[in-house]
Amino acid sequence: MAENGKSNLHFNGYRRENGRVGVRNHVVILPLDDLSNAACEAVANNIKGTMALPHAYGRLQFGADLELFFRTIIGTGTNPNVAAVVVIGIEEGWSKRVTDGIAKSGKPVTGFGIEGHGDLMTVAKAARAAKDYVQWASELKREECDISELWVSTKCGESDTTTGLASCPAVGNMYDKLIPQGLYGVFGETSEITGAEHLAKARAASPEIGEKWFKTWQAYEDEVIQAHKTDDLSESQPTKGNIAGGLTTIEEKALGNLEKIGRTCKYIDVLEPAEAPARGPGLYYMDTSSAAAECVTLMAAAGYVVHTFPTGQGNVIGNPIVPVIKISGNPRTVRTMSEHVDVDVSGILRREMTIPQAGDALIEMVVRTANGRLSAAEALGHREFVMTKLYRSA
Amino acid sequence: MTAPHLLVHDPKDTVGVVVVEGLKAGTDMTCVITANDTAFNLISRMDVPIGHKIALTDIKAGDTVWKYGQDIGKAVASIGKGEHVHVHNLKTKRW
Repeated sequence: MAENGKSNLHFNGYRRENGRVGVRNHVVILPLDDLSNAACEAVANNIKGTMALPHAYGRLQFGADLELFFRTIIGTGTNPNVAAVVVIGIEEGWSKRVTDGIAKSGKPVTGFGIEGHGDLMTVAKAARAAKDYVQWASELKREECDISELWVSTKCGESDTTTGLASCPAVGNMYDKLIPQGLYGVFGETSEITGAEHLAKARAASPEIGEKWFKTWQAYEDEVIQAHKTDDLSESQPTKGNIAGGLTTIEEKALGNLEKIGRTCKYIDVLEPAEAPARGPGLYYMDTSSAAAECVTLMAAAGYVVHTFPTGQGNVIGNPIVPVIKISGNPRTVRTMSEHVDVDVSGILRREMTIPQAGDALIEMVVRTANGRLSAAEALGHREFVMTKLYRSA
Repeated sequence: MTAPHLLVHDPKDTVGVVVVEGLKAGTDMTCVITANDTAFNLISRMDVPIGHKIALTDIKAGDTVWKYGQDIGKAVASIGKGEHVHVHNLKTKRW
C-alpha cells in the first residue's frame, strides 16, 4: 500500500450471477421461521459444507416489522458471500416469497414447506437439493477483482477509550484511503451517535442528506430511547463493559465511535435497516441499533461482504456469512484475548504506530480476508445471526 | 519518544486517557496531545486503570468536561487536577 493510498488493490472473489462479488462461498440452509430451524439444522448436519442459519422470528409479524424481516432474510440469501440457498418454512406461501426474492439475484435457490410432509420428508428432499448445490459450489473459482468491487461495513463493540484513540481511527483511515478508490462502505449505530450528532450531520455529502440523517437520528431518540427508557440508560448505553473500560458518558462513546469514518469521506445516503445501497460507490449510513450482532446482520443483509469491527474490551462477535475482522488497540485485550484479535493496533497508544500505518495494516488484513483467510471469529465458530425486531408480533 | 502514560485528543480537552496498565498515584506522567503531538507532564493523584480518564485541570461541579475538543457531559462533583474522572463524578447531559 503506497502512502498516498493510490496503489491498485485487488482481491480474489467469487463473481455471482448478478455481477456482485463475494469473498466466501457458503451454501445456506435458511429457515423462514423459528419452527423450521430443526429441519434446517438437520439438513446442514447431513450435507457437509452447508450451513444452517437458525433464528427466532418469522411468525405473525406485520407491517414495517414484517417488511424488515423479509428484507433481512432475503438480503442474507442474496448476499454474494452465499453461492446457493435452500429455504425451509413451516408453510409454502411465505417460503415462496423468500425464494422469489433471492431468485432475483439469479443464484440457485429452492424452497420447501413442512406442513403436510413433516420434518423427515422435508429434510430428505431439502438435503438432496443442498447436496447438489454444495457440489456445484465447490467447483466455483475465485477471480481477480478490483478493490472497488468490495463492500466493507463497520461497527464497533465493547468499546473503551482505546477504540476512540486507536482502532476506530484505523477504520476511518481505511475508509479515507479506499472510498476514493470506489469502495462501498457503511456505518450505523443510531443511538450511539448521541453527543456527536452535530458532527455526524456535517459529514453528509449534501445538506439534504444531512437533514435526512438528522431526522433518522431524532426518530430513534424520540421513538426508541425516550419512548421506552426507564432511567438514564447508565448500564445499557454505555454498557457495563464500556464503563469498565473507562468510557463514562454516551457523548464520549459517540465521539469515539464516529472516528470510524475518518477525516475526509462523506456519506452519500441514509439507508433503512438492511436496505441495499443504490447510489453507487461511497460511504453510506444505515439506521441500526448499536447491538453488535443485530447491526452486523443488517449490514450483511444489505450486501456487505467484509466487516471491520474495532473493539476495546474484547467483543467476540462473528457473523455466519460475513467475515468479521477484529481490530483492537487495548494492550490488555490484545494480550488476554489474543485469539479474537485480527489486527493489533495497540502500538498507537505507545506512539510506536501512526494511524495511517494502522489503516494500512487493516487494509492488508481486509484484502487477505477477502482472499480467503479465515477471520478469528470465523475460526472460532462465531455465527451470530440476529434479526432486528421493531415491535411485538400480532 | 518514550511511551506516554496519558494521551489527550485535543488541546481544548480537560481530561486525558491512561494508556498504561497499573498506573500508580504519584506517577510523574508523560502526557501527549495527539492532535498536535505536544507533550507535557502531570502528576497522577490516584491509582487509575488503563483506559480511564484523569483530570488535566481542577474541574468544579457543574462544569462541562471536554474530550475530543467536544462536550462529553458535566461534572457532578468537584474533581482535582490529576484525579480519576469516571461515573462517580461525570454524567451525561442527555437521557
